[in-house]
Amino acid sequence: MAQIPLVDYLVLDGEPHLVARECTDCGARYFERRRSCASCGGHGEDQFRTVELPTEGELTAFTIVSFAAPGVPVPFVAAVVDCGGTSVRANIINVEPDPEHVSTGMKVQLGTYSIGADEEGTEAIAFGFEPVDPALRKASDDHQEVSA
Amino acid sequence: MSDDIWILGISMTSFGKRPESDMIDLAEEATLAALDDAGVTMADMGVLAVGNLMNAAAGVGQMLQKQVGQTGIPVYNVANACATGATALRTAMMAVKAGECDMGMAVGVEKLAGAGLLAGGSKKGDSDTWEPHGRQGAVAPLDGRVGTEIMPGVFAQIGMEYGHRYGGTSFELFARISEKNHGHSTLNPKAAYTKAMSLEQIMGDIMIAYPNTRPMCSANCDGAAAAIVVSDAKLKTMSLEQQRRAVKVSASVLTTDPWEEGCQVLPNVNTLTRNAAKQAYEQAGVGPEDLDLVELHDCFATAELVHYDNLMLCEEGGAVDFFESGAPFRDGSKPVNVSGGLQSKGHPIAATGIANIWEVCHHLRGEAGPRQIPDAKVGLAHVIGLGSACGVHILERSAA
Ligand SMILES: [Zn+2]
Repeated sequence: MAQIPLVDYLVLDGEPHLVARECTDCGARYFERRRSCASCGGHGEDQFRTVELPTEGELTAFTIVSFAAPGVPVPFVAAVVDCGGTSVRANIINVEPDPEHVSTGMKVQLGTYSIGADEEGTEAIAFGFEPVDPALRKASDDHQEVSA
Repeated sequence: MSDDIWILGISMTSFGKRPESDMIDLAEEATLAALDDAGVTMADMGVLAVGNLMNAAAGVGQMLQKQVGQTGIPVYNVANACATGATALRTAMMAVKAGECDMGMAVGVEKLAGAGLLAGGSKKGDSDTWEPHGRQGAVAPLDGRVGTEIMPGVFAQIGMEYGHRYGGTSFELFARISEKNHGHSTLNPKAAYTKAMSLEQIMGDIMIAYPNTRPMCSANCDGAAAAIVVSDAKLKTMSLEQQRRAVKVSASVLTTDPWEEGCQVLPNVNTLTRNAAKQAYEQAGVGPEDLDLVELHDCFATAELVHYDNLMLCEEGGAVDFFESGAPFRDGSKPVNVSGGLQSKGHPIAATGIANIWEVCHHLRGEAGPRQIPDAKVGLAHVIGLGSACGVHILERSAA
């Protein structure tokens, strides 16, 4: 089945991983298309290069969202993960969404899951981070989201 | 004569559900009260800056003029997230400071009662075919899939991050901050909520985004506030009573967030607040130790904690100890949010950045009644809007 990543900074070829756009002058990293650097103002021809991020990281901040806009399933864990010095915004997946199972400082690793296939049969793949410690992971639950 | 700017008159409407008043009624109510408080009229105003976030394109300033006085003066319609009110005030002050006029007015108004969540929901339903959109090539909405866009969730993470860095935080600690502010508002008849709440009530209420339950979130409500600013030279020509009640604007600062690692992943509300505070203390020639009261932007209980630190009310990393010491309670050494704060007084967004200055002025003038902080001479008012914009004002009692 053909696959497409949820966002363009998720790379699915080989081992799934995230990439950042890194400023060649100052090293600032971004997760979006850009022409210029908000850190140093650089805007040259080759201002950015693509860098791979480690797939393991540490949870530095989180919240458990229990009340969201219509259509957003709750509860879910929204977090910031420090991947080797680069902050990444992500959900924490394959975990019970409660403060007993999620804590800052927790080691997490990248995981992917399908959010469903479109009319043409292309499957969209999202990412999240799950606890490295299998004991902290939710028992036997493939994080599956059924798409409309 | 100096280039000091003074607040000559200032007002705040009651906050809360105001079904009997539309947006313009509220703005007018605040405007007329500020004019009466200052002892001047619209004919004395040389500039009008009007903040309103939810109808930023509507020309609320001109709509207000059509009620209170079409004098032909320049109007600025201001929108700057939760710093809208503070930005409107600065707009009027800059006109006076630039010598364009010697008196001006700033108004902030919002109709928000029952508005619910004010962000999030980029999820408009998935499409039939996955097609990349936007700057991240997203094939589907990201809110709830790649973190959260809702404010209670963003500010929850900001508080949790502080706890991760320095330790000592807990759900209960954040709830106790909220308990303090709900307790404070029992003395503020203009607050949206004036009932004390127990820790059990706060922790047991509906969870919005852990660790923020509903009473730990700023209250969407209706309200307006208005301020009249005057140059030092003009004030000196006015009555002794006007001079005595005038409050000096010792510092007025607006900052945005400088680039830092991670700042586009989770908004960094810390550095721009710290930068604004530093500049304000320098401008005013006072330090945090000189403040008799502080009204800071507790849009969520988790936010209040980090701003103790950002405004340098405590040592770096010492916000939990600062709270535990009792300092920010109204009978403590550094009262914070004696109005009840945004969690209890309410947060009609554009009004907030003037209403917090009204609160401080009220104490500096000795007119705060039962909630008066005794002999208050210097106060600080802080707002922050995500995006981000931070306004800090330091105010001093008149020597006259
Ligand atoms: Zn750069």
